[in-house]
Amino acid sequence: MEKHVVVIYPHPDDEAFGAAGTIRTFRNEGVPVTYLCGTLGEMGRNMGNPTFANRETLPEIRKKELIDACKVLDIDLQMLGYRDKTLEFEDRKEVATHLYGILKELQPSLVITHYPGHAVHPDHDAFGAAAIEAVRMFDEAERPTVWAQAISLDHVEKLGEPDVKNDVTGVFKKKLETIMAHKSQADGMLAKMKQEKVDIEESAKARLGSEQFYTWDYNA
Amino acid sequence: MEPIQIEKLQNEIDQFANKNIYVHLETTNGAYASHFDNNAYNVGAFIRNAKVSFDHGKVVGAGTKYRVGLKLDIGWIYAEGVNQYEKNENGQLLMAGHDREGRLMVALQLSESPFQY
Ligand SMILES: [Zn+2]
Repeated sequence: MEKHVVVIYPHPDDEAFGAAGTIRTFRNEGVPVTYLCGTLGEMGRNMGNPTFANRETLPEIRKKELIDACKVLDIDLQMLGYRDKTLEFEDRKEVATHLYGILKELQPSLVITHYPGHAVHPDHDAFGAAAIEAVRMFDEAERPTVWAQAISLDHVEKLGEPDVKNDVTGVFKKKLETIMAHKSQADGMLAKMKQEKVDIEESAKARLGSEQFYTWDYNA
Repeated sequence: MEPIQIEKLQNEIDQFANKNIYVHLETTNGAYASHFDNNAYNVGAFIRNAKVSFDHGKVVGAGTKYRVGLKLDIGWIYAEGVNQYEKNENGQLLMAGHDREGRLMVALQLSESPFQY
């Protein structure tokens, strides 16, 4: 059993769409989980549908949504205070050192983050890369395992099949509830599904019912 | 935010003329544009808390399509595609354009004090 799982993603809602089922499964087993959320998604384009947020109110709204989502998942949350869309311009080493300082305190056995170069959003790529560098700073004997999540369209073609495939349909209601907690971000997707007259739970299950990761190889 | 009424917005813009103000200007089609559409390009530009002063500003347009231009001492600022605005409780003038799904495409914001975050 894992000792402590730390999730490192840059945006409020990355944990919901990407790993909520995996996280909730760990929590059901009694494993402590901490989410290190890099930014508040200040630069998000989704303002709700119909719009209820604007560029200036969005950070506080998303902060509240994030806190609510973490309550649904029953996990600890640390907001790291970077600014959305700027992570790739930060000094990589500095961000990695910052993350290492936190990880040293938390002593995780498993770290979940994005697969750099295969995570589509520049923040995902940059923060994933910094997280992987941070874990590299551990002595090999104490180094936690890293699960890296790829979301690029060609990741299977380029990297092969992910070695970790978690079927999360058993905790899917909680995953959906976590996504819904991010109302400002989920509204657009939900409206689209309603328009297409699809069963939201079934359609979401098909797209989001499996969470996949690559175990990072530090000796490669 | 509410749909633009040109006289009202013009009046709000005038309040900021010939003062030292802070500007937020951005445009974006999102970080996922080329992920969802192979032929699309991701483009965007962003500046926050640029300190400027403008001689005069003007909103032009009709219906749901407006442009706002600010004439500076030695330059210009403009935003195209703005369709909603709001004067918030901090006295900041927020102008933005959204697509049909409520996603922000362009924003121009004026404030007498620096924007937060
Ligand atoms: Zn994200």
